[in-house]
Amino acid sequence: MTARDEILARLRTALADNPPPVEVPRQYRQVDDRPDLVEILIDRLEDYRAVVHRGLGALPALLAKVGRLAVPTDIPAEWLAGYTGQVHRDAPPLSSADLDGLDAVLTGCAVAVADTGTIILDAGPAQGRRALTLVPDRHICVVRSDQVVGLLPEALTRLDPRTPQTWISGPSATSDIELNRVEGVHGPRRLEVVLVGLDDDPRGR
Amino acid sequence: MNRPGVDRSGTGASAAPATGGGRIRTPLPFPTAAAPAVADTQLRANLHRATRTIRGKRARVVDEVPDWEALRDAGAAIKADVQRRLPELLEQFEASATAAGATVHWARDAAEACRIVVELTRAAGADEVVKVKSMATQEIELNEALEAAGIAAYETDLAELIVQLGDDTPSHILVPAIHYNRAQIREIFHRRMPDAPADLSDEPSALAEAARAHLRRRFLSARVAVSGANFAIADTGTLVVVESEGNGRMCLTLPETLISVVGVEKLLPTFTDLEVFLQLLPRSSTGERMNPYTSMWTGVTPGDGPQSVHVVLVDNGRSAVLADPVGRPTLSCIRCSACLNVCPVYERAGGHAYGSVYPGPIGAILSPQLTGVADNASLPYASTLCGACYDVCPVKINIPEILVHLRQQAPHPLAERATMRVLSWVMRSPRRWAAALRLARAGAGPLGAYRERRTGARTLRRLPWPASAWTRSRDLPLPAPQTFREWWDQQ
Ligand code: SF4
Repeated sequence: MTARDEILARLRTALADNPPPVEVPRQYRQVDDRPDLVEILIDRLEDYRAVVHRGLGALPALLAKVGRLAVPTDIPAEWLAGYTGQVHRDAPPLSSADLDGLDAVLTGCAVAVADTGTIILDAGPAQGRRALTLVPDRHICVVRSDQVVGLLPEALTRLDPRTPQTWISGPSATSDIELNRVEGVHGPRRLEVVLVGLDDDPRGR
Repeated sequence: MNRPGVDRSGTGASAAPATGGGRIRTPLPFPTAAAPAVADTQLRANLHRATRTIRGKRARVVDEVPDWEALRDAGAAIKADVQRRLPELLEQFEASATAAGATVHWARDAAEACRIVVELTRAAGADEVVKVKSMATQEIELNEALEAAGIAAYETDLAELIVQLGDDTPSHILVPAIHYNRAQIREIFHRRMPDAPADLSDEPSALAEAARAHLRRRFLSARVAVSGANFAIADTGTLVVVESEGNGRMCLTLPETLISVVGVEKLLPTFTDLEVFLQLLPRSSTGERMNPYTSMWTGVTPGDGPQSVHVVLVDNGRSAVLADPVGRPTLSCIRCSACLNVCPVYERAGGHAYGSVYPGPIGAILSPQLTGVADNASLPYASTLCGACYDVCPVKINIPEILVHLRQQAPHPLAERATMRVLSWVMRSPRRWAAALRLARAGAGPLGAYRERRTGARTLRRLPWPASAWTRSRDLPLPAPQTFREWWDQQ
């Protein structure tokens, strides 16, 4: 018998008592439609020590200190308006060593979850491949207000499981030494979020 | 290492559920192994502080979720459904993952799983691998097997790195190096990390920075990575890894070949079920609303991440756990470690006393079921049955009930069995219980008053035979001076 057949046969034998079907109760919250989701998101992000900026207008000042910037190939041109540093587009794909030498990466995201302060990247528009947001030390992420949902169940309905996903909640962190939180171990040490499309954002979409 | 009930032939004709091997067996009986930990005041202080801190954080973030109990109910039911349909869900997972470009392998036991990983690493032409923290690879003793095959395995989680460089074993599921303080970590780095700065301080940020620099080049050049998985999704073939430091993302993204070792019980039926488990897990384990990073991948994505993706599905005793209807819910465990942090026995004895890679209350039920109870007979006794682990478990595993069930199967000393039998006879009748309490108080009164005066503890250290078998490794709480009923009658 192959290992596969044997394991499956063992498991079938183990279930000889024929356990009854299980009804899964799903009484948990599926949506949170409070009006201040963006504020909740900001609160959670700052709790993780991510830095939050409001409005696309904040980008030029943010990028002014970035010498070499990695971007996905399909980055919206307006995000780079006024940027004078070096733009490194991921085409042809930048090597890991290339990425290691860059100062920051600028991307969008797919969804952001207010309840948990989570930003989800799924390799969709303006996000690029996974290594892009991993190797550079600073990640600047643009989040549109229409991408913000309240709870995880709402986020999952917007995602395609076949795409590779990276869920980010604050910068990389460890608590392994006497439970002291230290930000920035192997992933980006700084996460900066630019929220656009807010009511108070004149350039918002 | 061959033990009865463990099929290591690799071709075994029997398809009866089988127990497993690897680092899940306690080499020493629990009381013996726990003695040095209990005597080590520094260790006890570390553990006390750590478990109390994490416990507090967990309670705070759980309290802010109004539907926590509904999530627990859903989590427990989804897992019960998985157990009931495990064979078909595994076949579904295999088909979906394969269709997405992954290769699925099956391993009956620890040795077979290790053999598969070694062969895959060799086939990739690599003599080193980077590793993401994973209980499954610790369970199968993969690092040892790789080393024996001439392949270097580098742990990349900070705590696992500390433990590996210290030639030690983890003491906690979530914070494996919790038994070290910063000075000890600095000393280990100085001794074993050739590229550590000469003037390395013991500040946590400096130590983390040293680890970052130490592993950076290795991440960027590694060709093979080995991971576990927190969840494997049957309907899509997706694997999920939850982590904090980004070392996981490095391993899961940069190498050409990715090998994930996954216990068969890790399945969830659908992608949507993650909405339950990704709420339950981070809050229960680190006490955060969400862990910094969660990675998901489904087979191979051209141009993004590893182009050679393997999944090794491991039985190693899980079929034996599944075969026991009472013990079966043990397979629901999502390794959050919440039960460790509330357990009075774990807090005093520490992780190493459990011998197995699975310590604490979950270890006390999981390890003996994986190996067969006879091989881990003392572990079901490593508990006061206080029930705190059950209250805190995000998937509602009734650990005390399973402990009692396993104790009934464990061969235990005659005297202890006799005591237990008498006790249970007494406890079955309210009249007998009240009489026994009166008797116990009459006997314990003077003794207890004496000890209370001297030590402030309302416990007895030693009882005469046959109860001595019981008090050898635990203090016996003295009965209260008055029962509630007696007090009520007086009011
Ligand atoms: S038994 Fe429950 S509380 Fe303990 S580690 Fe497993 S899931 Fe967490």
